[in-house]
Amino acid sequence: MKLVSRNFATPDSHKLAVYEQSGGYARIRKALEMEPQKIIDEVITSNLRGLGGAGFPAGRKWSFLPKGNPKPRYLVVNADEGEPGTCKDKYIMTYDPHLLLEGIMIASWAINSHTCFIYIRGEYVKQARILEEAIAEAKAAGYLGDKIFGKDFPLEVIVHRGAGAYICGEETSLLNSLEGQRGWPRLKPPFPAVEGYLACPTIVNNVETISYVPWVIELGGQKFAELGSERNGGLRLYSVSGCVNKPGVYELPMGTPLREIIFEHAGGLPEGRTLKAVIPGGSSAPVLTAAEIDIPMDFDSLAKAGSMLGSAGIIVFDDSVNLVEALAVLIRFYAHESCGQCTPCREGTGWMRKIIARVLDGGGRPADPDNLLRIANNIIGRSICPLGEAASLPVIGFVTKFRAEFEEYIATSRKVDAPATTSRMAAAL
Amino acid sequence: MKNDGYSVTNKIMADSITTEQTQPAVFSPAAFKEAEAIIARYPSRDSATLPILHLAQREFGYISPAVEQLAADLLQRPVTDIHGVVTFYTMFNQKPVGKYHIQICRNISCWLKNAPGLLEHLKNRLGIDVGETTPDGKFTLTAIECLAHCEQAPAMQVNDDIITNLTKEKIDTLIGDLK
Ligand SMILES: Cc1cc2nc3c(=O)[nH]c(=O)nc-3n(C[C@H](O)[C@H](O)[C@H](O)COP(=O)(O)O)c2cc1C
Ligand code: SF4
Ligand code: FES
Repeated sequence: MKLVSRNFATPDSHKLAVYEQSGGYARIRKALEMEPQKIIDEVITSNLRGLGGAGFPAGRKWSFLPKGNPKPRYLVVNADEGEPGTCKDKYIMTYDPHLLLEGIMIASWAINSHTCFIYIRGEYVKQARILEEAIAEAKAAGYLGDKIFGKDFPLEVIVHRGAGAYICGEETSLLNSLEGQRGWPRLKPPFPAVEGYLACPTIVNNVETISYVPWVIELGGQKFAELGSERNGGLRLYSVSGCVNKPGVYELPMGTPLREIIFEHAGGLPEGRTLKAVIPGGSSAPVLTAAEIDIPMDFDSLAKAGSMLGSAGIIVFDDSVNLVEALAVLIRFYAHESCGQCTPCREGTGWMRKIIARVLDGGGRPADPDNLLRIANNIIGRSICPLGEAASLPVIGFVTKFRAEFEEYIATSRKVDAPATTSRMAAAL
Repeated sequence: MKNDGYSVTNKIMADSITTEQTQPAVFSPAAFKEAEAIIARYPSRDSATLPILHLAQREFGYISPAVEQLAADLLQRPVTDIHGVVTFYTMFNQKPVGKYHIQICRNISCWLKNAPGLLEHLKNRLGIDVGETTPDGKFTLTAIECLAHCEQAPAMQVNDDIITNLTKEKIDTLIGDLK
């Protein structure tokens, strides 16, 4: 079954006429006949979860908007797609921009917002252009603008390009960035639903989350919920990359077993290779061993297993991969992307980077696995935003589950006076 | 994002001391009109900062102190605020870049598909290190983070285009074709 990926292979699927032929813009027409609260109720019933990473139930988020606040409300679509291993929102924006727009229209009607920003990563130049063209088409048809579908309800959609900062995918950093500031995350509370863009009530949702909203309206909340697993409604897009035969983006039900995704949909591993490890939900999600992949891919099951579904960016490592070096890539990334506001995150990611660099340089010390764990554990719970945790959890996962590999690496590559300058780190990264 | 910690503040101070006086930057009439249209789209003037800087980079190639001043005047913001924004985001070039800005992804999915080998190949082929520009001003080489094309790794960006499923041969052909 396909929902948001249904049109991906259709020629000219990004055009309004083609979208309407496939039943597009029928759901917004239906939604405009519904009471906004009824739509929110359907989305709650649907168990549609936030697919940007945190998995917060979409309908519940929408119902946190304060009642009786006279300020304008904003909808912000998170199209930053920065989490390494994640490449799914790109398909929606490239091949079905009108689906996203229809979702935006329904969500805006439901939450009574008249301005939507799509915050899209700066590198998505092509996708930003496709979205602009789709918006222009929708405007010309009277689907956006002063009176959408003839109804006394104005709606503008503005595409806003980021400029290369992973942290701007974090919702409060994104809002600061949208306000033209450095992308420093804000302390929560207040949550964006109460005080977001320009201190106005703001709903931030991922591209994919919003793109499932038309399907919730079409199928009804109950039916959508039944397509997934318990408390995880519907389907989602899984991005699969790394050591598999058919890397790609696959739309499958919530709760699909990880083994099935890797070995059936993504074509398994190359001939002669065996599975060593899998990151199930984007680079921030703690790694799973080959023995742990018989797990339903939904938010609750992965949380129970000590990992997270996150953005469902599945990264596969086979037996040829050196996991010490793989972790070094991740540590370097988080050290680079820490915004520097909180001391534990800024300094901690920097120290972890220094330690893993010396390990790769042959100067690792027997205590270094524990040094890494100690630093990681000292970041968690002491940071403004979840990047601190996102940087720490992979370290804890890799070092704990593959400790022997770290110890062996340190023991066998150890030099007495490791020259700090001839960095294998640089070569490995 | 560049994590320089507290050195960011020092850098801002150092820059403001060493910046030599340059000619003011001026938008072409067409770019100026575009800038006004951008600003009109937003409920707050500050919110137009990123799109104005993107526009300025398209017009001038990079964001010099003079371009920061231009953006500051247009947006009615202190130039130090603009500098703070420019230094936060990796996509804004503070130095001139080559005609072709080659940015290769070095993050995990690309790393698994030999991104380090391709980066070495690019360095040798262009005869420059990461962060440098060829003497003829044609190519700048940068290593960047995930481009969200992990399923088609390894990936790189050349100006506005993203090129995927890279091999050494593919890189050679491409570089040969770029005039
Ligand atoms: C460091 C960091 C990076 C994030 N990057 C993204 C991103 O690129 N795209 C996204 O949709 N959400 C991202 N998120 C999650 C957002 O903060 C937020 O939870 C999400 O956009 C809410 O939408 P959803 O409920 O529909 O998932 C990120 C979070 C963190 C902490
Ligand atoms: S946790 Fe890290 S990225 Fe998040 S606000 Fe603090 S320093 Fe910045
Ligand atoms: S890791 Fe290179 S594109 Fe994602």
